[in-house]
Amino acid sequence: MKYAGLLAMPAGFFLSIAAVLLFPAPALRAAFVVCGLAVEAMGLAVAVRGHMEARGSWHS
Amino acid sequence: MTPILSDSSFVLTLALLLLAPMAIAGVALINTGLGRSRSAAQSLLGSVAILAVAVLVFALAGAALTGTPSGAAWNFQLAGKNWNWAGAAPLLLGGLGAAPPLAQLATLFEFLAVAFAAILPWGSGADRWRLPAGCAVGAVLAALVFPLTAHWIWGGGWLAQLGVNFGLGAGFLDGGGAATVHTLGGLSALAVVWIAGPRKGKFPKEGLATAMPGHNAVYVLFGCLVALVGWLAWNVAGAVIWLHAAPSALVGTAINTILMASAALAATYTITQVRFGKPDASLCANGWLAGLVASSACAGLVTPGAALLVGLVAGIGTPLLVELMELALSIDDPSGAITVHAAGGLWGLLAVGLFAGGPGQLVAQLVGIATLLGLVFPVTYLLFWALNRLVPFRVDVDGERIGMDLHELGGGAYPEFVIHRDDSYR
Repeated sequence: MKYAGLLAMPAGFFLSIAAVLLFPAPALRAAFVVCGLAVEAMGLAVAVRGHMEARGSWHS
Repeated sequence: MTPILSDSSFVLTLALLLLAPMAIAGVALINTGLGRSRSAAQSLLGSVAILAVAVLVFALAGAALTGTPSGAAWNFQLAGKNWNWAGAAPLLLGGLGAAPPLAQLATLFEFLAVAFAAILPWGSGADRWRLPAGCAVGAVLAALVFPLTAHWIWGGGWLAQLGVNFGLGAGFLDGGGAATVHTLGGLSALAVVWIAGPRKGKFPKEGLATAMPGHNAVYVLFGCLVALVGWLAWNVAGAVIWLHAAPSALVGTAINTILMASAALAATYTITQVRFGKPDASLCANGWLAGLVASSACAGLVTPGAALLVGLVAGIGTPLLVELMELALSIDDPSGAITVHAAGGLWGLLAVGLFAGGPGQLVAQLVGIATLLGLVFPVTYLLFWALNRLVPFRVDVDGERIGMDLHELGGGAYPEFVIHRDDSYR
């Protein structure tokens, strides 16, 4: 699960780059850059969730 | 085109850069104080050793990849634009003596920056991270991750050129290393903590996380004052080198730095006072540092009023995020580097877009943040994951039990202390 989240994060980065390349209109460009960041945030959340699920396996 | 620097500005900036390592010293002291007494010597030795390794590796290879704004670089064309993605300077600092004064100062700044970035994960891995692994991580950061990131931002790379190529303000701005040092170091700390795992006993299978307070609050708080000296030098020198600030703007940069740290401390002090009934020393130190980290991005770019606001937000967010990470997210970060340096750095970079430019600048800052989170962090995690296979990060169970000092150095930091067993107090 952690790796799935980490793999999703570059998708957000490429979405942001694509927004800069493809949308000359400032508002649309900004909106898609924010969408890219949102994808990254979701990827990070999934990775954090994966880390939390491993808690039971840590020696206490 | 590299701007011309007057002799007096060159000497001033060089003098400031000679003071800048105080920031590294302060953070190293804070990290040591926030760890356990049985790992204190290993912690401080680790900071020095990792700094040394990072500087050596950067001189051997990293500096060539970092390059300079007007120097040779690797480029490719995409969508009719030039994408400058890596420096192509001579190896082993070739040609440094003949470089323009500003480029020489930039190289010195980068040496300090790579050393700073490399020691940040060390505090997060305290009490369970082996010294050879810490040095190996420092080497990887100095050889590859820092040089590429620094080139994109400081070396005339594609993030710096967002303004020229796409009309996004002045391109991605980072006057004091909030991205290249703090966010990079803080995200590296997160990768290390995830790979090494928490300290033994930190997160029991049931119930709340175990409190493991730092062993010396005096180190921590004195480290904050030491760090302030370094940060002032760091931000003012950065404003000259990376933002090409006029001398008349430098006093404002220094004042903004103090304002942000002070506002952050006041906010953290108030929040911990309200929540716990008394101010929490280590959280206040983290709040102070978070204000300084945020100032690294924007001290040279925002008004004093905005600086106060940036510091307040950093100070409010820090104790809440530290608590969230420990209690809800099961992330064991003894030094708080992930909160202070990664989150504080990202907030400062965002604040540049919010308070120091138009919508184009904000988008440029967001693209930079997206690059740090979406590209640099996953790649760093992957590199560290592979490195962990070669040089295991985590000490064995026995080493963690007796402490890193005895296990790795053969002696403790405080040999005159008597360690009592718990039942000796009965």
